[in-house]
Amino acid sequence: MPGFLLRRLAASLLLLFLVLTVTFFLLRLAPGDPVGLSESSRLTAEERADQRRIYGLDRPLPVQYAIWLSAVALHFDWGTSLAYQRPVNRLIAEALPATLLLASAALVVEYGLGLLLGVAAARRPDSALDHLIRILSLLVTSQPVFWFGLMAILVFALAWPVVPAGHLRSVDAADLAAGRRALDLLYHLALPALVLGVHGCGAIARVARGSLLEVLGRDAITAARARGLSERRVLWVHALRNAVVPLIQLFALSATALLSGSFVTEVVFSWPGIGLLTFTALSARDYPLVLATTALAAVLAIAGNLAADVAHAVADPRVRDA
Amino acid sequence: MPSLGVPSGTVHPRLTANRRVLPGALRGGIALVGLLLATAVAAPLLAPQDPIEQVDPAVAQGRPPGTSLPEIHLRDGRRLLADRVARLPEGLVAERLGRSESFPAAAVANLTAGGVGDRRRFLLGSDRFGRDVLSRILYGARVSLAIGIFAVSLALTLGIAVGALAALGGSLLDALLMRLVDALLAFPSFFLVIALSALFHSGTVAVVLILAATSWMETSRLARAEIQSLKRRDFILAARATGEGPVAIFFRHLLPNALTPLLVQAALLVGSLILAESSLSFLGLGIQPPTPSWGNMVADGRDLLVTAWWMSTFPGAALALTVIAFNLLADGVRDLLDPRSRGGLPFSPPAL
Repeated sequence: MPGFLLRRLAASLLLLFLVLTVTFFLLRLAPGDPVGLSESSRLTAEERADQRRIYGLDRPLPVQYAIWLSAVALHFDWGTSLAYQRPVNRLIAEALPATLLLASAALVVEYGLGLLLGVAAARRPDSALDHLIRILSLLVTSQPVFWFGLMAILVFALAWPVVPAGHLRSVDAADLAAGRRALDLLYHLALPALVLGVHGCGAIARVARGSLLEVLGRDAITAARARGLSERRVLWVHALRNAVVPLIQLFALSATALLSGSFVTEVVFSWPGIGLLTFTALSARDYPLVLATTALAAVLAIAGNLAADVAHAVADPRVRDA
Repeated sequence: MPSLGVPSGTVHPRLTANRRVLPGALRGGIALVGLLLATAVAAPLLAPQDPIEQVDPAVAQGRPPGTSLPEIHLRDGRRLLADRVARLPEGLVAERLGRSESFPAAAVANLTAGGVGDRRRFLLGSDRFGRDVLSRILYGARVSLAIGIFAVSLALTLGIAVGALAALGGSLLDALLMRLVDALLAFPSFFLVIALSALFHSGTVAVVLILAATSWMETSRLARAEIQSLKRRDFILAARATGEGPVAIFFRHLLPNALTPLLVQAALLVGSLILAESSLSFLGLGIQPPTPSWGNMVADGRDLLVTAWWMSTFPGAALALTVIAFNLLADGVRDLLDPRSRGGLPFSPPAL
């Protein structure tokens, strides 16, 4: 097991390095640079050259790359954002909790709802309920997240205002007591997390159903039933535990899907997370910030994959010994 | 066997059960996709108005679904819209923007006994520039479907090429290409797509290229697996024994036999790439206005959600319907080919 882990970890680090290097050079390949794009269009050519010198953009590209990489690798210093004029590390540290909160809340909704629907469908295959669940999961999976989010806002925040239409907290949240503040956060979290989670639960339900049906046909289940265990216990304990491997594999997929989904969701709900930060950074050609958020996205995706692999290895010994 | 009164799962797993529903999904998918393709092709015939031209935007903007406004054609070529018109002996009185304006009979080209001969109808409402939402949705179908289909064709070609090279080109090349695919798959491609489209000037061609470049990996894996299992089969050996060259064997024997699962995957991919395109356009990184794309139409109506819900709602519904159609199609074909897979896989690679 340690050998397996180390190998996977080394491969992940290499992949991360490659992603960052490619992104660095891709960014510079693109037309336009932060100085040219900034609102300071009245600057003279001389002042522009000055600015480029200050930001270090006038040096040869390999030198810029070496400087950037050594700062990142040695001091974990991602530089200063050109658009915000603040340390990138600070900006990320402020935005990351919001994204993690949204993504993990969505994950809970996604897997909770998905498993529930999957089990309900697998209990009586080909029943009306099974078909209904199949149609429902097709419907939610096919929704564009941004439109789904807007429709949710239209219905639940505008037409029938039960939750706020966006943002992380109320304007006066700072004045509230700690308990009230947490409630306020939850209140703002509800709609985006539900939108993202419901959108993802269709795939989970489908995989859970397929995997459960396969497991329910095994002798072990017949044996469990023969021993007189209740149907509920057979389904939720014996069958579900054995049906979990495909769901673990799906986790890696849903980690990246959640990431891209939360990008759009953050823009729709003005949720001040990494997605919104990247979005503004990209339009300003904010090289250091874009590189940092890309790295973060890659780390999250790679970590999701790694976690799935490890969990898979724990669940299935054949994988880790291979 | 449900008649025995036991849960059906206790009898046997019935993985392949219910043949009635499967062709139903397939039929529905084929019908919907066909309908959408026909709509896209016939958009110029079906659309009541020009999707880009703005006619009297001040009066036409933000009209709710079902509005119909009298359209005044002036002799000098201008076209004006009005809330109401009244015919007077000496000409026409039109109520525009809360004021009455009168036009002498000689100035109006489409004067009739009761008012003017033309009306402009907004069946699904008008957008903020007074353009017909329905017409823009119809033209948007062309953009979305064309981009989806072109990008998938490119991705399919690239995926098959890489997969074939990996399967037929020796173990070193195989290992190299498949590690590359692994690496690309591990990367959150939506970030890459967003970064690429934000950095390089976006346009239809750029969007197609970017989407194709970031979506061929699954296809290459599938193509490799199919070709690898095929190449050891007797009929390939036989073809080789008769002296057919490797290129001929690939195009005449390997590719046709590997194509079916690849086409299923392509159908799935169309749906998710259409979603990707619209997400990009929604973020302002894909198709640029005034060209109508469902994504940029939804974005356009986003700020007016309170006062003009139809601007975002209808284009998004068209988009959802399209993705449902392609997912149904892919789902149905997959069930038909491999009944065991029913319910076994998510609909598409991580949808956006």
